[in-house]
Amino acid sequence: MNHLFSCLKRYRKEAILSPLFKLLEAGMELLVPLVVKAILNEGIGSGKMYIVHAFLVLAAFAVAGLGFALTAQYFAAKAAVGTGAELRSRLFAKMQSFSFTQIDEMGASSMLTRMTSDVEKTQTGINMTLRLLLRSPIVVFGATAMAFVVDAGSAYVFLGLIPILAIAVFAVMAVCIPKYRKVQEDLDGVYLSARENLTGARVIRAFRLEEKESDAFSKKSDRLRRAQERVGRAAAVTGPLTFALVNAAVVLLIGVGALRVDGGAIAQGDVVALYSYLALILVELVKFANLIVTVSKAVSSAKRIGAVLDMAEEPQTTATVPAEEPKDGAAAFAFEDVVFTYAGAGAPALQHVSLSAGRGETVGILGGTGSGKSTLVKLLPRFYEATEGRVTVAGQDVRAVPAERLRARIGYVPQKTVLFTGTIAENLRWGNPSATDEELMRAVELAQAADVVEGKGGLSAPVEQEGRNLSGGQRQRLAIARALVKKPEILILDDSASALDYATDARLRAALRTLDCTVLVVSQRVASVMHADRILLLDEGHVADSGTHAELLARSPLYREIYASQTEVRS
Amino acid sequence: MSKREAFKTLLNYMRRDWAFFLLAALSAVGVVAGQLLCPYFAGRAVDCILGEGSVLWDELARHLTAIGISAAAAMVFWWLLAVTGNRIAYRLLSALRKDAFKKVARLPLKYIDNRPYGDLVGVIVSDAETASDGILLAFNQLFTGILTIFGVLGIMLAVRWEIALAVFCITPVSFFAARFIARRTFAAAKRQTEARADETAFADEMLQNLKVVKAFLREEKNAEIFEEKNETLRKASLKATFFSSTVNPTTRFINALVYAAVVLIGGIYVLLTADMGTPFTVGSLTMFLQYANQYTKPFNEISEVAAEFQSALASAGRVFSFLAEGEEVSDRDNFVLPAAEGRVEAADASFSYTDRPFIENFDLKVEPGMRVAIVGPTGCGKTTLIGLLMRFYDVTGGAIYLDGHDIRTVTRASLRANFGMVLQETWLKTATVRENLCMGREDCSEEEMFAAARAAKADAFIRRLPKGYDTVLGEEGTLSEGQRQLLCIARVMLCHPPMLILDEATSNIDTRTEVLVQEAFAELMKGRTCFIVAHRLSTVRSADLILVMDRGSIVEQGTHEELLARGGFYASLYRAQFSRE
Repeated sequence: MNHLFSCLKRYRKEAILSPLFKLLEAGMELLVPLVVKAILNEGIGSGKMYIVHAFLVLAAFAVAGLGFALTAQYFAAKAAVGTGAELRSRLFAKMQSFSFTQIDEMGASSMLTRMTSDVEKTQTGINMTLRLLLRSPIVVFGATAMAFVVDAGSAYVFLGLIPILAIAVFAVMAVCIPKYRKVQEDLDGVYLSARENLTGARVIRAFRLEEKESDAFSKKSDRLRRAQERVGRAAAVTGPLTFALVNAAVVLLIGVGALRVDGGAIAQGDVVALYSYLALILVELVKFANLIVTVSKAVSSAKRIGAVLDMAEEPQTTATVPAEEPKDGAAAFAFEDVVFTYAGAGAPALQHVSLSAGRGETVGILGGTGSGKSTLVKLLPRFYEATEGRVTVAGQDVRAVPAERLRARIGYVPQKTVLFTGTIAENLRWGNPSATDEELMRAVELAQAADVVEGKGGLSAPVEQEGRNLSGGQRQRLAIARALVKKPEILILDDSASALDYATDARLRAALRTLDCTVLVVSQRVASVMHADRILLLDEGHVADSGTHAELLARSPLYREIYASQTEVRS
Repeated sequence: MSKREAFKTLLNYMRRDWAFFLLAALSAVGVVAGQLLCPYFAGRAVDCILGEGSVLWDELARHLTAIGISAAAAMVFWWLLAVTGNRIAYRLLSALRKDAFKKVARLPLKYIDNRPYGDLVGVIVSDAETASDGILLAFNQLFTGILTIFGVLGIMLAVRWEIALAVFCITPVSFFAARFIARRTFAAAKRQTEARADETAFADEMLQNLKVVKAFLREEKNAEIFEEKNETLRKASLKATFFSSTVNPTTRFINALVYAAVVLIGGIYVLLTADMGTPFTVGSLTMFLQYANQYTKPFNEISEVAAEFQSALASAGRVFSFLAEGEEVSDRDNFVLPAAEGRVEAADASFSYTDRPFIENFDLKVEPGMRVAIVGPTGCGKTTLIGLLMRFYDVTGGAIYLDGHDIRTVTRASLRANFGMVLQETWLKTATVRENLCMGREDCSEEEMFAAARAAKADAFIRRLPKGYDTVLGEEGTLSEGQRQLLCIARVMLCHPPMLILDEATSNIDTRTEVLVQEAFAELMKGRTCFIVAHRLSTVRSADLILVMDRGSIVEQGTHEELLARGGFYASLYRAQFSRE
């Protein structure tokens, strides 16, 4: 909630003025019964003109009230919308600062929910709070105060009523709020079930689970219905209870009023005014009860947002390691006895891996699914940090280099090639925003993607969301070009030539050799790594062996097995 | 589906709750009567308080008692109305949800494939909910609102019709004012929706691929773009929010004018009729003022509810249209196929998704125990062919036979029980590993499960999961694509089906694991008819029969050697995959 208030601070003026104008509006409403009282007590005796005057006064109150109310609404809207925008902006900035581990833990869809529906609910909550949450108590207490002005002797009824009402309303809320949470959980379950049933339609049919799934869903649906009914029954008490309590007060008030009139303390018009104040309270309370539900939803949304904003940002450097100067003669990169375990995983993904490469060398990493190939290369740009051991780039411990500077030196082509909505040029300039068209084309040619760019109609050709208008191979080549635009010291190809045919793959490798750039190739295909200066063979997180193609072929049975499985002698 | 039809169907759905309807209707009348009688008796009570020393105590006591009874009745009926409304609405919701869910199982897969999942989930969950929310709102506000308007009018007309008429003339103004504002709000809301969609699309794309964003140090540039979109949205939101929030003050304003008018006319009436036989008393004026306060509220609510109800009907219409979608042909009277030998034949089968034929001239003869590989470029119809065998789709021409039976004459369940299938997209439930493995055979023993997992090379990594076999897999899961595939293989191994369908089964597993899995499969495939779809020709070299597909037709059939010797389409495919530099 602290974040919410700090965002709201920028709209301090609006957040103060809005309730203030609401106060003025409520004041107008509170004056009305006094005018009515005056008419009844004096006007009936003093003739028509008095009543006409009173009418004009009431009309003036109405106009003023409208003016005040609109002003208040405007300020409330401005503060709420502004705070919402500020929250979104901070959330986006925060999420962009997440480490890969945090990204894994949170997941994109839950990040997006925070940005959209949670902010939306919070915004509505702020708006309503500024507009109504303060108005209702103002009217309730104002009406009570006015009752004392009219007749202190009868006004004690108000003092008795307010605490009882408050207790009743809060008791209902206390019962309902945990129940609402239960409804939300059950609803999530129903949603998940429905979605799974669609995505898994084939498997469910193949295993003939239609009935069983349907029964399971019915159970979930019924559980949700019962939860909804339960909360509905509890919440349904608020309106009737408030109504009954206020009317009990009405009975009491008219009775007390009658006594006071009988004794000559007040006049009939005073009783009417007092009654009007009670009625005013009733109307306000019913609104208030509805409002509380909206606000409590907003509070839980604001808490979810706050939890994200409270998360730590990825540190630029990890302070525990002393900074070192880059060394000229040092290896381009080195892994020294690296162990890595994913957050929450039961076993390490990498165990005691060591590997280094000289400047300009090409290193291949070969291994099966889950052998830790991708994990290993992700340690280099410090997407993840080694649990044990050390990773260095140009002799510097990666933990001592600011993340920005480190990543600027490394070109990374991910396993899942992603392009973004925009043009081909815009996508390529992710590598270097100030690259010229010539530089882009040079990278495109190196990446063997010239035919892709030409085929699509040049660098300004549009790319659809996630590059859907391109084939897998075309996307991969453009993603490689994007990394090359960066002119990286180290280029990581994380299984990123898998959709290329062998001939293109070979041309690509030949082109990369012309660059002064250390290349790290991850693959499941021997053909992609066999020409590397060194091949690291990974097996379930361990280094099984390392060496050149010829060496491994000679001494590693595992390597031979993989090689044989991929290159059967042609018949 | 028209709104009228949707409404009729909705009513039909709630028919079995007719008793609750009756109760709700009676309660609504009770609530409104109680609520309106309170101010009435309060007014009468005020009339008993004439002045110092002249209070009509007996009459006052009667009126006060009447207020008490009215309020108590209103309370009880109000609660009853809310609870019955709740019950009807939530039962409706649950029924709609269940029916829509059950419908999914009866829909042709063709239909499911052609609609985004989000859309269908929207129908099952959100649309059903919107429809029932509309009904709930109708119970809580529409009934009572309408009754209140007529009740107030009735009482006022009965007490003093001239003033009632004046009130009656002014109030609808608020109704029109609200509509006028709503129209202006609509335009602003539309701009807001567009701005929001634009920002969300951007945020979605960047958050989905946050790792790439970070790898390219794109954070600052993204923040800039986001800021710009966010500012546009802020401005649009401010307008939309402000316009929509002018409705209440405007209504209150009109209400205040009505109130003032009642004061004016009522006050003058009190003056003029003071000496007449039926005077307009101070109490009556008090009563009128209360009614004036209550009178505009229902108008406001009704216009609100009407809008909600429109969207509820639209949602209900979507649910009902979905429920009315064409289903798969019923197979209730079909023959239940026992365990098959595995002889599969196809005679000139054809199939189309749209009006354009997709698969044509599909002829096939497979003997029990044969291993059939289906190969061809992406989109050539391999997956569809498998769908035809499993009857995910029905042929549109010709026929497919299993053990001599046209597969359309046997029940789908008994047909599918004969196939074990591992699909391209690995689907696992949000449930424990154990539940996922035993999906096809709930009665299997622990040992059988371990054995299957070991055979599929999944046992080792399963044991490394935080809770081993009892780890709950999330929708995204902590598993790699290859590991998910291994689980799917283990799941099938447990079932021992007479026939196997492997759709790209091993394409995500590295070649080495693939070798191991293939060994396990080879064991499983012994004596079973198998259909294997793969891009990787290495997977299918050992097949007894290779079906080479291109653009929906089988262009070549034969063994690996035969097809290579022929030097046709298969030979060129093979060379593209395996030519070394």
